[in-house]
Amino acid sequence: MSSVPKQMPDPAPRKHEASRIGEALAQVGACGLFLFAILAAIPKSLRHIRETVRQIWFVGAMSLVIIMTSGLFVGMVLGLQLYYVLSIFGGTAALGTVVSLSLYRELGPVVTALLFAGRAGTSVTAEIGLMRATDQLSAMEMMAVDPMAYVAAPRFLACVIAMPLLACVFNALGIFGAHLVGVTWLGLDNGTFWSNMTSSVDVWKDVVNGLWKSCAFGAVVALIAVFQGYTTPPTSEGVAYATTRTVVFSSIVVLALDFVMTAFLM
Amino acid sequence: MVEVRDVRTTLNGKVIFDGIDLEIPRGKITAIMGPSGTGKTTLLRHLTGQLMPDAGTILVDGRNVRTLSRNDLFDLREKIGYLFQNSALLTDFSVFENVAFPLRQHLKLPEELVRNIVLTKLQAVGLRGAAELMPSELSGGMARRVALARAIVRDPMLILYDEPFVGLDPIALNQVLKLIRILNDTLGITSILVAHEFAAVARVVDHVYLIAAGKIAAQGTPDELTRDDSPWTKQFFGGEADGPVPFHYPARDYALDLGFPAVST
Repeated sequence: MSSVPKQMPDPAPRKHEASRIGEALAQVGACGLFLFAILAAIPKSLRHIRETVRQIWFVGAMSLVIIMTSGLFVGMVLGLQLYYVLSIFGGTAALGTVVSLSLYRELGPVVTALLFAGRAGTSVTAEIGLMRATDQLSAMEMMAVDPMAYVAAPRFLACVIAMPLLACVFNALGIFGAHLVGVTWLGLDNGTFWSNMTSSVDVWKDVVNGLWKSCAFGAVVALIAVFQGYTTPPTSEGVAYATTRTVVFSSIVVLALDFVMTAFLM
Repeated sequence: MVEVRDVRTTLNGKVIFDGIDLEIPRGKITAIMGPSGTGKTTLLRHLTGQLMPDAGTILVDGRNVRTLSRNDLFDLREKIGYLFQNSALLTDFSVFENVAFPLRQHLKLPEELVRNIVLTKLQAVGLRGAAELMPSELSGGMARRVALARAIVRDPMLILYDEPFVGLDPIALNQVLKLIRILNDTLGITSILVAHEFAAVARVVDHVYLIAAGKIAAQGTPDELTRDDSPWTKQFFGGEADGPVPFHYPARDYALDLGFPAVST
């Protein structure tokens, strides 16, 4: 009887996986160090305040159309769905309350951050990646201008400032959309809609906590976008992968961070 | 002005410099030449501290680049002009703003003075009329001349030119050569020029270093190198395929690659 040689597990895949995990951890570590470098460059970046204002325009004002459109439709869908669910229990009067709390606490900051990552995060990554590929960052270094202070920090600050403002716009348009569907279309009393909302929404617990979340999401999206652009290989393929990674990583981290912040802020 | 002593560099497992020494005197124009991939740009990056060698000493204006802090490196770079191989213009800024960028970042000059300095430099490279154009509207040669104007805008003590003649038409090439010479003669600027065009280089430089296989293969004035009999200079300046520098990247037998039986020799 011939004995079948015992198959030994191939160590190569395990080694491959281990090296990939190691690389991922190294990336997280490098991203953390990059955050410290950006924070350290912020005082110096205040000398380039015009650049920061220019970036707020690019990442904030230029994102308004997508944020406003999305906010309006999210609010309209919320209004429609909740009206029918609440009407089952005879509680349509609570529409304003439920819509506003959903938007202030969760949907406003989170959906705005996801849209922001797609609209502004990718453009920041692509811009910095192309600056890297065309030696513009090296040229700045050679002109004794620190790219961390002139390129990275202004974009980071711009995202942190723009995100809560965009979330406010998203919330406002969302509530307007819900009002449009609930009151104008489905006939809910206008006074009930607004009075229930104002009596049950707490400015500090609901609105301000939502804005804190927005600031944190803005910082996370900005960090990932700038880091990906700064460290991308200087090729067209490298820039393409970096922009994709910005959207994927930002979305995952925003959703995970939302859970953590919600747990702490409740 | 610049001293390089026993510099050794390995990049991605490939030995770039295996102990090179060179000396660049103040106020002279020195050319660094050599086959592609031999490390000429790497040497310029060593001189400016953008990339540190594995070993050796690099002195620029008496300061050891390898031991300088980031702030000290930035201080040193303020006195160095660098012309990048691909121009590296800031694409969001106009030609005027690109040339004004180093002035605006480091000096608080009145706007009128900035304007006059920038227009003077643009006039020197023949592009005063292109001041309001964006980099995307420039040809490769024009972008290179704008980058040259930006490199000289603060009248640096040392200018590093990385392939300054690529993409220039004969008229622009002639003017840039004259400009390099004038800058040296009138302002006493030290220039290091990385280039392949020996005929053009020979018209302006005082000294030439030929780098090959990680070493200084030859050095001297352009006339001395023209008369030099070493196989390196004969092959490089004669443009011959056969010689100490292989034209072909290492590969297996050509006949085998084409599917023919190997020819025994």
